[in-house]
Amino acid sequence: MTVQTPDPTLDPVPGAGPAAQPVPPLLENWHYFTRSRGAVVGLGVFMALVAIAVLAPWIAPHDPAMQYRDALLVPPAWTAGGREAFLFGTDAVGRDILSRMMHGARFSLLIGLVVVTIALASGIIVGLVAGYVGGRTDALIMRLMDIILAFPSLLLALVLVAILGPGLFNAMLAIALVLQPHFARLTRGAVLAEKSREYVTAASVAGAGHLRLMFFTILPNCLGPLIVQATLSFSSAILDAAALGFLGMGAQPPTPEWGTMLAEAREFISSAWWVVTMPGLAILATVLSINLIGDGLRDTLDPKLKRS
Amino acid sequence: MLRFALSRLLLVVPTFVGITLIAFLFIRILPGDPVLLMAGERGVSPERHAELMAQFGFDKPMWRQYVDYIGQLLQGNFGHSFSTKRPVLEEFMARFPATLELALCAIVLATVLGVAAGILAAVKRGSWIDQATMGTALVGYSMPIFWWALLLIILFSTSLGWTPVSGRIALTHYFPSVTGFMLVDSLLSGRPGAFASAVHHLVLPTIVLATIPLAVIARQTRSAMLEVLGEVYMMTARSKGLSPSRVIGLHALRNALIPVVTTIGLQVSVLMGGAILTETIFSWPGIGKWMIDSISRRDYQVVQGGLLLIAAMVMLVNLTVDLLYGLVNPRVRHV
Repeated sequence: MTVQTPDPTLDPVPGAGPAAQPVPPLLENWHYFTRSRGAVVGLGVFMALVAIAVLAPWIAPHDPAMQYRDALLVPPAWTAGGREAFLFGTDAVGRDILSRMMHGARFSLLIGLVVVTIALASGIIVGLVAGYVGGRTDALIMRLMDIILAFPSLLLALVLVAILGPGLFNAMLAIALVLQPHFARLTRGAVLAEKSREYVTAASVAGAGHLRLMFFTILPNCLGPLIVQATLSFSSAILDAAALGFLGMGAQPPTPEWGTMLAEAREFISSAWWVVTMPGLAILATVLSINLIGDGLRDTLDPKLKRS
Repeated sequence: MLRFALSRLLLVVPTFVGITLIAFLFIRILPGDPVLLMAGERGVSPERHAELMAQFGFDKPMWRQYVDYIGQLLQGNFGHSFSTKRPVLEEFMARFPATLELALCAIVLATVLGVAAGILAAVKRGSWIDQATMGTALVGYSMPIFWWALLLIILFSTSLGWTPVSGRIALTHYFPSVTGFMLVDSLLSGRPGAFASAVHHLVLPTIVLATIPLAVIARQTRSAMLEVLGEVYMMTARSKGLSPSRVIGLHALRNALIPVVTTIGLQVSVLMGGAILTETIFSWPGIGKWMIDSISRRDYQVVQGGLLLIAAMVMLVNLTVDLLYGLVNPRVRHV
């Protein structure tokens, strides 16, 4: 994929006359991104989630760990028996579910951010080296990635957590390792495609060193697919971390992590539906909004799909 | 074709060796003494400790341990469960049919519905049908399936009482296992109501496990169909007066299905990951639940053996799909 250069044959941006200045790439991408209604909705929901996560300690109506002994398993406020103080009801030990969900947003977004950062950084380095150096190094690295990809990701993450010990940080490490090969493969493929292009040769002839060639000449031109993959990995990281939490191998109680909350709620499945429904709804909304953004980004950044 | 098959096989060998290496290293990189880890909180006497160290070969040099490990694998010895004392391979084989039955039902459901939804969305591109199908597919793709399972249980088991919550068949039906597939065995048993009970138990786990593959297949089918529908040969087919159903069903579908087959093959790994969650929630006695139970019981020989067997199986399926792909698409054979 090449740098987004304004293409005169593209649909003009509203307000741009026939002799107008070329549209800046970022603005042009934004224009395409906003053409997808889903992507804009996804972005809106995601921004709201970020705001909730950042402001959780101030906007949450209760302390997420506070146990109201007189309010065990109170149903949501709009149902019979609900109380106004607890909008989404309380759990088995009297904690406010809405407050726990708000604080849970912090964990989920943090998980996504940390996992994608680790996986992206290591995947880019590994992929750049493999594609740029080539030969035996390339073969060795790619076989290693194949081996990681041969395991079902959740199973490998589980086993890694079994080695490292259950906990949120270890779960994040394990998921990052499982997601990393996708970035390495993508980077390597893009590097192989770009390496023989003339601008790289030109930079090399002009005296650019290996590191400069790898990171400053080639890498910026491989970013499109990597951004899309990063978005999709963000949502799978949140899903996998919640699954690990649900299986008791991720964040440990009483952490208000959504997957862990679901695990605690399982035994009340027949008596208190709200304890089970609410945290899962939060996971679904988060993952869905990120996937909507990912779809929008893919359509924006993939020139093949652009005008189809 | 033979050369293509051989080159694919050769490519798989190093990956397979790597998988055995990871499974081998798994027990050895666990922090702490391997024997004490396996013994758990009960602890062992020093004599028994030395005996076990020698029995598992932990006192030998690392490379020697690996060679021994490979030797054992080649003889079909995947270790013994620490809690049941039975061979890991035997335990795996006893549980595998349950997972296979569930996974097969899920992939059939996902393929049939997914391909149909994908075709419909592509043909009616831009209509409300397209938008509704793809919207639903994106929700399915984003679904935390462990929560989805709980929701379905709340609706169909707790509220409506239509489906059971756990197991493969009602406990009142007891008959010997012949094939390991409950649907077949219950029919063979001839007991009235047995088959219906097996189907009842299978419905919810199948839906849960099929959800993500279904969404992926529907999305993939739609985009493959859209690509094919824009080809010149489609215009030819239409302009020579073929009926729309023939154009779509024959000319478009056959070409669009090639990438879809690969997608379906890739879902095996997704299914195995999903089986861990689905089987845990529905107490389905398959290998997913077996792995989770073994991890929480710290039965590391089972985890090691299971990890290897599952990865090998996923690889084998992917290799088969690769070869099938070469069979239906001659172009890739010569790359």
